[in-house]
Amino acid sequence: MHNFLKASTAALALAVAATGANADGHALSGDLRIISDMSNPAPRAVMEGLVADFGAMHPDLNIELDIVDRDGWKTQIRNALSANPPDVVNWYAATRMTPYVDAGLFMDVSDLWAEEHFDALASTKGAMTLDGKQWGVPYTYYQWGIYYRKDIFDELGLSEPTTWEEEKANCQAIIDSGRKCYTIGTKFLWTAGGWFDYINSRTHGYDFHIQLANGEVEWTDDRVKQTFANWRELIDMGAFVEDHQSMSWQESLPALVEGDAAAILKGNFAVAPLRDAGLTDDQLDFYQFPTITEGVAPAEDAPTDTFHIASGAQNVKAAKEFLRFVTSADVQTAINSGDALGQLPVNANASVSDDKFVNEGFDMLSNNASGGIMQFFDRDFPAEMASAGMEGLQEFMVFPDNLDDILARLEDARQRIYK
Amino acid sequence: MADIASPTAETRSWYKRNEIAVTPWLFLLPGIAFFALYVIIPIFQSFWISFYEWDGLGEKVWVGTAHYERLLGGDRKFEVSFWNNIKWLFLYLLAIPGGLFIALLLNQTVRGIRLYKSLFFFPFVISQVVVGLVFSWFYLPNDGLFDIIVGTFGIDIKGGVLGNPNTATYGIIAAGLWPQTAYCMILYLTGLNAVDPEQVEAARLDGAKGWKMLWYVILPQLKPATFIAFVVTIIGALRSFDFIAVMTNGGPFGSTRVLSFYMFEESLSEFGFRMGYGAAIAVVLFFIMLFFITYFLYSMYRDEKGAR
Repeated sequence: MHNFLKASTAALALAVAATGANADGHALSGDLRIISDMSNPAPRAVMEGLVADFGAMHPDLNIELDIVDRDGWKTQIRNALSANPPDVVNWYAATRMTPYVDAGLFMDVSDLWAEEHFDALASTKGAMTLDGKQWGVPYTYYQWGIYYRKDIFDELGLSEPTTWEEEKANCQAIIDSGRKCYTIGTKFLWTAGGWFDYINSRTHGYDFHIQLANGEVEWTDDRVKQTFANWRELIDMGAFVEDHQSMSWQESLPALVEGDAAAILKGNFAVAPLRDAGLTDDQLDFYQFPTITEGVAPAEDAPTDTFHIASGAQNVKAAKEFLRFVTSADVQTAINSGDALGQLPVNANASVSDDKFVNEGFDMLSNNASGGIMQFFDRDFPAEMASAGMEGLQEFMVFPDNLDDILARLEDARQRIYK
Repeated sequence: MADIASPTAETRSWYKRNEIAVTPWLFLLPGIAFFALYVIIPIFQSFWISFYEWDGLGEKVWVGTAHYERLLGGDRKFEVSFWNNIKWLFLYLLAIPGGLFIALLLNQTVRGIRLYKSLFFFPFVISQVVVGLVFSWFYLPNDGLFDIIVGTFGIDIKGGVLGNPNTATYGIIAAGLWPQTAYCMILYLTGLNAVDPEQVEAARLDGAKGWKMLWYVILPQLKPATFIAFVVTIIGALRSFDFIAVMTNGGPFGSTRVLSFYMFEESLSEFGFRMGYGAAIAVVLFFIMLFFITYFLYSMYRDEKGAR
């Protein structure tokens, strides 16, 4: 924590220098109200640090910070934005913004993105764009991939697979040794979405996946069935832990820690609890989801978390300055460092922390994600489709024989939802 | 004319003249106002919203009865929720005989009986969320006590009680029965205090005991307690929301949804943006409840008339 504060003080000094010219001398004043969903311990410290630093830069500005529970915020945001809206809020990128953009609750910040400062954020611009305008700024993102027990792989003489055949061969060897290949907890449904994202995009490519997300492909399409057929190969092998429908993802981690399962498909946020549970970096390693169809460019799940200005904001000037502040290279370096968020900075000029997994993720996303960047099932698909879809995915993982019925239901939902 | 007939009336204020008629209404006014504001008006608002397609944020679009046509014309989630509600209704009623049995058991003067009574009442005092959590640990596959117990009989429930779509709803109802039985028990315990000892004495002299005593002498005197127990149990069954939210979140794959949970999911949850559809579900649930409430009000009215 001490390091983070030091780093952010340094960042602050630099940021003052960087944005001083921009603000041409006149100080910000009044109130700035921020509602943040960064409620887990490390993110909370980051958010409080950000506000403290920003407040120190603008002594006349009175910043009011409310940190609300991350899951609670997903339902509270509607009320928060419509009645007495704050100036700045947290949310997620891509389609997940749609309801608030359509209802005119997020402010169009395209003018910010036109500034020179934002050129360094070009790689995330697409995820922030709807209807040709930008509706917020990102502040962090993280890779998804397969986190596995290197010691188990070594014991069985396995290496990181790059193709689907190798993946299945590895998995068979793991099963033969009396373990499960993958742990997963699908009680809250979304974890199954990660598997679908990867198997679908690796089978048919990013464009097909996004067409499906946009409702342009029928769920009963043969290509979708092919995706599920690939997934089913793993299910029929007995690759996944049993009773996963009764577990949250946190409850599914002990299987990996105790060595009853060899791997988990998850975002980088899984690393911290796994380390806390006692796995060392020698035991835990990471590999990119393998190729399924030869020649399909790999697309990666890399969900982006964001800041937005409410359209009812009272202090727009200060809010925009805050958005410039959080995306500046030095603040990005500081808040995404290993002892803070431990994720990837959105600013190309920021430096990536020297954490093993963050580095592997950064390398993968920079050099080997030519297919495209997905935001995740529940952020790329519209809310209703995502909720119906994830329920179907969970059912499929438990009762793969119900597939035709599930797909018919999803197709029915698709025809109703996309108009 | 009245002025001429009774000159004193003129000297009394309007309020004084109408005091007896007006005062009860004055006392009722705050209650009526708040009941109207928070209960009656929202009911009609729900009716109104259910005719619109609305995401809770933007413009409302009039769709007429389309939501109801969809709900009643083969929405599978609705069907599952509806039948689960029916299961809840009937199985939840087990709390009434259960509560009566425990009340009879505890209605005696033994040393420390107050302690036993409070222990039996305990589940009703703690939060439903806590009861739900305790039961979900109890039901855990492999490690849960329930799984170990049935495991010794060679029964293996695939996915655990709450992970198997065939057992999950029953598992939640069983959890709900625990506090509800305690509630019925306390209703019967107070009822038993009011049982007339002379009638029991008289019945005993006539040679009644055991089942006959219970059925012909005690139970008729417990009728008011039974009535209240029925009402609170039926209403409790229809608004069973907390247990489902805590124990399964509607899953696995939506098999434990009930109407109230489905309504929440469609309109207010993380992915729910269909206020109109949620309102339509609420309206259907409202009419189901109204059916029972009307029945109870009617039987209460009939009883009161009979008593006169």
